[in-house]
Amino acid sequence: MTSGEVVASFVVPVHPHTVLAPDQNPGWRRLRDAFNDAAQTIRDLDADLLIIYSTTWPSIIGHQIQADPNPEWVMVDHDFHDLGSIPYSFNIDADFAHAWNEANEQRGLQSRCVNYKGFPIDVGSVVALTLLNPDNSIPAVIVSSNMYANRSETTVLAKSCLDVIKTQGRRAVAITAMSLSNRMFTDFIKPEEDKIHSLKDDEWNRKILEFLEQGRLEDVGQLSRTIHRQIRVQKVVAFKPMWWLSAMNGNRNDLTGRILAYEAIHGAGGAVVHIDPTSTGIGDKEYDEDDVEYFHGERGVLEGSDEAEIDQSREAERTDETSVSESGPALWDPTEAEGSVNTDAAPKPVGAYPHARKVGDMLFLSGVGPRQPGTNAIPGGPIHDENGEPLDYDIKAQTHAVVNNVRRIVEEAGATMDQVVDVTTFLVDMKRDFAGYNEVWAETLGTVGPTRTTLAIDALPTPIAVEMKVIVHMGE
Amino acid sequence: MGKGQIVAGCLAPHPPHLVYAENPPQNEPVAEGGWEQLRWGYERLRASLSEHDYDAIVLLSPHWQTYVGTHFLGLPNFEGLSVDPIFPNLFRYHYDMNVDVELAQAIHDEAAKAGLPVKMMENPDFRVDYGTITTGHLFNPDWDKPLVVISSNRSTAYYSVEVMQEIMIELGKVTRKAIEASGKRVVVLASNSLSHRHFTTESEVPEDMSKEHITSHAMHLWDMRMIEYMRTGQAQRILDEMPEFTEQAIAESDGGGLSWLLSTLDVPDYPGILHGYGTIIGTGNAVVEWPCYAHEVNEG
Repeated sequence: MTSGEVVASFVVPVHPHTVLAPDQNPGWRRLRDAFNDAAQTIRDLDADLLIIYSTTWPSIIGHQIQADPNPEWVMVDHDFHDLGSIPYSFNIDADFAHAWNEANEQRGLQSRCVNYKGFPIDVGSVVALTLLNPDNSIPAVIVSSNMYANRSETTVLAKSCLDVIKTQGRRAVAITAMSLSNRMFTDFIKPEEDKIHSLKDDEWNRKILEFLEQGRLEDVGQLSRTIHRQIRVQKVVAFKPMWWLSAMNGNRNDLTGRILAYEAIHGAGGAVVHIDPTSTGIGDKEYDEDDVEYFHGERGVLEGSDEAEIDQSREAERTDETSVSESGPALWDPTEAEGSVNTDAAPKPVGAYPHARKVGDMLFLSGVGPRQPGTNAIPGGPIHDENGEPLDYDIKAQTHAVVNNVRRIVEEAGATMDQVVDVTTFLVDMKRDFAGYNEVWAETLGTVGPTRTTLAIDALPTPIAVEMKVIVHMGE
Repeated sequence: MGKGQIVAGCLAPHPPHLVYAENPPQNEPVAEGGWEQLRWGYERLRASLSEHDYDAIVLLSPHWQTYVGTHFLGLPNFEGLSVDPIFPNLFRYHYDMNVDVELAQAIHDEAAKAGLPVKMMENPDFRVDYGTITTGHLFNPDWDKPLVVISSNRSTAYYSVEVMQEIMIELGKVTRKAIEASGKRVVVLASNSLSHRHFTTESEVPEDMSKEHITSHAMHLWDMRMIEYMRTGQAQRILDEMPEFTEQAIAESDGGGLSWLLSTLDVPDYPGILHGYGTIIGTGNAVVEWPCYAHEVNEG
């Protein structure tokens, strides 16, 4: 793995005035000059990738990533069509887009690439790329803003992006195309009449900019819901971009911020802000929301009507039977060697080893846990979540699942459970779990009569509570 | 010139899935059918109006979203490729449509006189929104009638459903007034879904109807409640309950199309004809016709 990084971040406004009419209003001109300043900064940083998170590209089916290497069209704004047209021909890094899409899926996100001639690139992305990358010298990627996404989904979206930046060793610039306050005048105004819609909007915008100038990006992220309630018109896409941008910067409060311009665009708050990852060393981190690495929210609603309705019920279900494939170690195909016994009816190994190996009339099983073949679900639930927070679980259900997995492997070898002669059991919490485990043992392997040793250990590779090492004498 | 007349008003939803499923030559993706209940509903609507000639279609689409006033297409022809930014895998439609600019200008002018912020859209590069194209195709696949296309002013987002209704009811009144003054026979279409909570995933085969259903029982109840009002000539109750419906069913009526339609029809107290109901990625959609021709006397 190489060491890519986010070398800078920018907040930029979305409306087309900065492209089409900068000289009709001094404020629009200052925003345009700030765009030019930002473009120069990006060139000076020798960046090799621009990543746009655009609030003017809403999506429903997860997040969409533009993957047309050269999207071309003419953009006309739905409101400000009288300002003119913006022809575009962008240089999109399709390889990065596909890699990001895959990384999203690995982290549990619904995601897809779009590559269709004539796809309407949104106004925010068109403005940002037109002004920040005027000669198309730097490849770009654009991601939508999902209208149903919450903070955790948006945060994970950034982390999967960072996965690819690091893997590919990119010098990336993260850009949010967004307004601060987004309330525009609802009537037509002359350019010279433009101003921030209200004093309240202006005060909140200045508060946001004060935080950003201090490099307190995560604090702004955590204020997102408040900001949305206070100064945002309830459009399709809420004030989500700061969640994404903060996660792209490691959820930090000690960044170096620089306000390049702050002006009104038809009443909305437009700002160009440069955020430098260099630490100021003075950030008071007030991080009080859970960090997330993988998304486990409402997805897969097509699989059943009940699942479509209540997020909480899905979370509850997951405590009973949760897949570890998204958060645990990588899964391997069982190793094939002389005497190996492997079966699709048992869970995949978490390393390079077979399910069992036969030597003469002896069968030695690798450690067997309760994970279910195919789904990796853990009957009885995992012992902790992806953040390491302990969860309640059912040791009896886990032990039953272990015994069933042992049976599948033994039978695959042509043996039977009554030929099991020795078992070593590993428990991660002897005090809590021994009684339940012992009860299931008595009902199952205890009726066969193998010798047994039970050990307490610190941890197992996946979030399970019990594992068994089994030896079988297959006889004649 | 005689007095113009509204021949019919229709609730005519626009999910691109319906066009996708039909496989018209204008649309690039190819489907194996799907959403037949709604597509057959559109067939029945077209058959119902086939005996009634008209000059133009006036359509309000929630996917031409304007935050600064209400806008009208203001050039005689638009052609191009409409790609749905949300479902580009389903809808990439080559359109060629004519606009009744004279009627559009007339409605615009009446609205301006009533104090509504309005603007004609005269940029030839403008790409017509996919809601307009979808409803336009499903209602009139031959595209042989000129359209008046009205944007959806997002006053619900800026203020409230009540304010939106106030604006849309006024816009409906001036639409009716302009139509009557034009001497033309017109069909008016509100391109609206009802309940509007989507699934956030898509099945591998989008037209797999075994996966299609309403997102929740509450959404179904709201849809049936509104449809029952439509079927029984209780348009005023729809307007009265619009704030609760819009909020609780996350209804696409937030775009104002349904309120505008009912106002344009002078809040009909006669039954609408339900031609079809179905869900599309979990949202509720109904094709409903108010047969004005059977209930309103042309005094011209």
